[in-house]
Amino acid sequence: MAEPRVALDVEIPSDVRYIEEVVELATRRCRELHLPSQKCSLNLPVALSEALSNAILRGNAEGNGKHVRVTAVVSDDAVVIDVADQGPAFDMMAEWIDPTTPENVVREEGRGLFLMHSLMDRVEHIHDHGNVVRLTLRRE
Amino acid sequence: MSFSISKQGEVVVVDVEGQLIVGNRQELKQKVLDELERGEKKFLIDFSQTGYIDSSGLGVLVSLSKKIREQGGELRLANLNDDLQTLFELTKLDTLFQISDTRERALESF
Repeated sequence: MAEPRVALDVEIPSDVRYIEEVVELATRRCRELHLPSQKCSLNLPVALSEALSNAILRGNAEGNGKHVRVTAVVSDDAVVIDVADQGPAFDMMAEWIDPTTPENVVREEGRGLFLMHSLMDRVEHIHDHGNVVRLTLRRE
Repeated sequence: MSFSISKQGEVVVVDVEGQLIVGNRQELKQKVLDELERGEKKFLIDFSQTGYIDSSGLGVLVSLSKKIREQGGELRLANLNDDLQTLFELTKLDTLFQISDTRERALESF
């Protein structure tokens, strides 16, 4: 069994215009690591995009001078991605709704958390000098 | 990522090239609203050249659908790849939109 290793470590300013570039980089790494195709083309890009949006807009509140750090550690059975902001702690689950109910499906907002949880094998929210959203995607 | 707009008969066709995400969703929204303001009623968004869509992008589609309907218009979607089809099914948005396999079928459905 190989030791877990860092596959990605980047830091971006709190600006949503950087999201696409980071997601593209992570997607490329996902393919290089030979994860199943749909995990690299759907699960990872969408869930990571949601986590980055949360960190930039909610955690850092687009604060000037604040950054978001993304690290990915890969092991034999999973990729674990940490998205860390520098904002005050917030309760991510306070905004949870089920966007698939008939009354919610017509809403414009409220699908981000649902998508993260649906597309990842595990989602954790850790308070550590800011907020860390930890996304775990198993290889199989 | 970009959005190109063309006209096929009475239908405004919007091609989404690249991603539809939080960073560019307003651009798509504004382009469609501009056309709606000019009096256009029939809209088709074609995703044949689209990568992924995040929750903000999905939200804009829901918003546009409402606004177009309020003006007596119609919105159709076409060419969702397998990933996008999965995304729409997961969020049940496949029940909210009229989705066609091809641009031609979508155009015929108006």
